[in-house]
Amino acid sequence: MFSNRYIFIYATVLVIVSAAILTLASVGLKPMQDKNIRVEKMQQLLSAVGIESTPKDAEDLFNKYFIEQHAVNAKGEVVASIVNGKQTKGSITPFALDTKKQLALYKANDVSASLPIYICMKDGEKSYVVPVLGNGLWGGIWGNIAFSEDLNTIVGVNFDHKSETPGLGAEIALPDFQDQFKGKTIFENDNFTSVEVVKRADKNNPHQVDAVSGGTITSNGVTDMLKSCLQFYIPYFNSLKK
Amino acid sequence: MAEFNFKLIKNPLSKENPITIQVLGICSALAVTAKLQPAFVMALSVTVVVAFSNVIISFLRNTIPPRIRIIVQLVIVSLLVILVDQVLKAFVYDVSKQLSVFVGLIITNCIVMGRLEAFAMSNKPFDSFLDGIGNGLGYAVILITLGVVRELFGSGTLWGYQIIPESFYNFGYQNNSLMIMPPMALILVGIIIWVQRARNKELCEKE
Repeated sequence: MFSNRYIFIYATVLVIVSAAILTLASVGLKPMQDKNIRVEKMQQLLSAVGIESTPKDAEDLFNKYFIEQHAVNAKGEVVASIVNGKQTKGSITPFALDTKKQLALYKANDVSASLPIYICMKDGEKSYVVPVLGNGLWGGIWGNIAFSEDLNTIVGVNFDHKSETPGLGAEIALPDFQDQFKGKTIFENDNFTSVEVVKRADKNNPHQVDAVSGGTITSNGVTDMLKSCLQFYIPYFNSLKK
Repeated sequence: MAEFNFKLIKNPLSKENPITIQVLGICSALAVTAKLQPAFVMALSVTVVVAFSNVIISFLRNTIPPRIRIIVQLVIVSLLVILVDQVLKAFVYDVSKQLSVFVGLIITNCIVMGRLEAFAMSNKPFDSFLDGIGNGLGYAVILITLGVVRELFGSGTLWGYQIIPESFYNFGYQNNSLMIMPPMALILVGIIIWVQRARNKELCEKE
């Protein structure tokens, strides 16, 4: 029979060997996984401005259309810029900013919080794209909102989610839901109103879109996400309009 | 070299099929078969995990203290599952996103633990490997059948390529959305079991 001593040693050795193998795999595959995540982020940004991309051409398209990226803080000041691939201000790469971390800093009133904004030039039209991030029913939801040059009208959005219910909350990731946002505005006479996701939205109201039926908590999550994240950019938008 | 026992591969494909006869692994069979590609990748992942966990456990079988054997099995299975998950994330990111939690849930897939307990703990490594491959393929056959039927009638495509011509839609043909919902997968599994039993009377319980 096996002694207790044997059992303990056996279990310990087994776990250590397994942990070592997993560590190796994780370290070895990390660069490829990170690249996939980068590419996906680019695809989502492209999709917000209505450009179809595949994982293969996403990087090229991104570099072609997104001519500028800036990091802005809550006061509306630009802390870092990359224009046409060259760092013109600051030292951080706006694209590499972790939106989640920065939003947490912002909520804790940390003045160092900064978020990225991307400027896209497509067919001679300039648009500003900002990332948003919030909570749905089961997990995180996130997306990108593209504004036209007036920094008020939404030209396109894209949302994604970690684990919303298929057929209900997960509908936010589908074009039917997202297309409603086109043409909506986030200001009413210079006052920030955001866009709300509500039941039986009035189609003529420029600040409302129809909620997903059966997905109330996810829909409210989208409303909260837009309100809290876009709020951050208002000082920057105002400084641009002057 | 151990003798190649062909039955170990053949039986799980038909009269010992893990899904239709042993009724194991139904959960993932319903969840990932709305499209062919995730179904295929899932089937492949399960096959790899069953085959290799069978081999490893079979090699260790005489050293494993019986009192902690389930924990040892779980550690080996989770190790393989995490490796598969990492590899999918690195090489087929889209598919790994669609499979999401189901790759992680291979750990709890009854097929894996079932084969370890029932076979690998008491058989030689090479036989265990064949048994793992056989059961993985048995699972794969059902998943791929479901994937083909559900994607073809639910979305009109196969592996993402349009199969049902545009002209059908112009005549009022519509994709059957019930096909993409999990209940339809259960109904299809039921139909497969029915057909299989109708053709092979041995499988029916005696009254």
